Amino acid sequence: MRFRGIVLGFLGVATVVAAWDLYKGLGPEQGVLLGDTRILPRTTDLAMPHSWEMVQRFGEPVTSLSGAPDAFNAVFDASMFSLGLAARGWLLGVVVGLLLALVMSRFRIVESALLPWVVLSQTVPLIAIAPLVRRWGSEIEIGSHLWTSEDSVAVIAAYLAFFPVAVGALRGLKSPEATHLDLMRSFGIGWWRTLLTLRIPASVPYLLPALRLGAASAVIGAVVAEVSIGLKGGLGRMVIDYAVAASGDPAKPWAPIFGAVAIGLVAAGAVGLLGLVLRPFRLTGVAP
Amino acid sequence: MNDPAIQARGVHRVFGKGRKQVIALSDVDLTVADGEFVSLIGPSGCGKSTLLRLVADLDASTSGEITVFGKTARQARIDQEYGIAFQQSGLLPWRTVAGNIELPLKLHGVNADERRRRVAELLELVGLSDFAKSHPDQLSGGMQQRVAIARALAESPRLLLMDEPFGALDEITRERMQNELVRICAETGAAVLFVTHSIPEAVFLSDRVVVMSPRPGRITGIVDVRADGMVPAHDRSAGARDEEGFFRAVGEVRSLLHGTPETAVTARGVDTR
Repeated sequence: MRFRGIVLGFLGVATVVAAWDLYKGLGPEQGVLLGDTRILPRTTDLAMPHSWEMVQRFGEPVTSLSGAPDAFNAVFDASMFSLGLAARGWLLGVVVGLLLALVMSRFRIVESALLPWVVLSQTVPLIAIAPLVRRWGSEIEIGSHLWTSEDSVAVIAAYLAFFPVAVGALRGLKSPEATHLDLMRSFGIGWWRTLLTLRIPASVPYLLPALRLGAASAVIGAVVAEVSIGLKGGLGRMVIDYAVAASGDPAKPWAPIFGAVAIGLVAAGAVGLLGLVLRPFRLTGVAP
Repeated sequence: MNDPAIQARGVHRVFGKGRKQVIALSDVDLTVADGEFVSLIGPSGCGKSTLLRLVADLDASTSGEITVFGKTARQARIDQEYGIAFQQSGLLPWRTVAGNIELPLKLHGVNADERRRRVAELLELVGLSDFAKSHPDQLSGGMQQRVAIARALAESPRLLLMDEPFGALDEITRERMQNELVRICAETGAAVLFVTHSIPEAVFLSDRVVVMSPRPGRITGIVDVRADGMVPAHDRSAGARDEEGFFRAVGEVRSLLHGTPETAVTARGVDTR
């Protein structure tokens, strides 16, 4: 089963790559037009570099300046930088999301008051809140730690990551059946021990996909926030920088995009490992 | 101990307010003696489950008084005077069979050795010793229900509250479970309050059958199965289901349920469920 999954995974990627190169090779140069609307892209080298050119580009220096590092090294460093910020954001988002879910599941009135704002929070464009976070952050001084742009990026990543966690955990904490709750009451245990014995284990099947979604959101949040805040060193800035080179070096802008895909996979995979640890609790029968 | 297992006096339970008010229980008086097996039977909405929930302190009465072994229902719940089983087994799917049975003991701070000993004893009692390490989803419905009963018995309560525990089982499994329950009750000597809507089940298991009717929920009559020689010696052996007296008791419960007098003999062999 495991082996089959891996093979199918590779086949999926290979299909995308093959479709890309086949279309580039066989498609019309001006793309496919329906009336005045282009429904498939141009196949010029500028618009669609060959897949192998994109891979080759990783081995070449970033710029023609002497001493410039390989694109691979540059992208790797930037990816690690962004991944670190995303991880910080994810952790913060998970803590905030879980706390919100706990309070909302405990007090009905808090749920009614808070849940609409939680949903609303996700409709605010990141670009709009980024400068706010930076400005407010610059007023903050925790001990000897001065607020940095990195902190702002992590907070914005958390802003995206907390949402699926809060909603998923809330649903999970409220998932036990009436029979289970009656039983806990008949055991004479209070809210706190019911939480530990019943609600938290029962929430695991809801929580795992939420944590994974949160990880993906944190990566997107970190990359977009780097652009909005103007923080150097990560993939966000690199996407902008490399895009400038598109006209002369069309394969180059793809490098940081692959970097972003890679760290997204790493982040989701790390959460998947968490799922292995919590495997016993996935047997709930509570979930549909 | 001379306190009855359950004593309910003038119990009312009203749900809702104003015009949407529903009287779930009206002026209910009931006494269940220590060691006695009493069934509550009646159509949906007659308040039989509500009454059981009030005894269990899972719900509070609007007026009236309920005591369990002389204590208030609330105190009895906190002191773990009763064990409870529902129609759904309510097993925690991530815990093994043994883990589910020991849960109440663990929550009340019984040490590990004592728990292991008690769980082995209970598994033996319900005939599931080979399944200690299984998870609930690996068991049949009847086996899950047996685990739930073992869990209810974990702290050796002198009162067992059962809310249609066999309601979701097929007829064959159900009769086997009834036989088991009779044996378990004989071994533990616990009083039982048993909610059901099966007349033969109520008659087979019980010392007394309490018949209830809806709108408003109230007690319309009580059939004492031990009286009148309905079931000889009231031994509740598996063969008791074929006795003449069994059918007479069934007939009597049925006539109380339908509110029309009916000659008991005509009820023989008829199953209106």
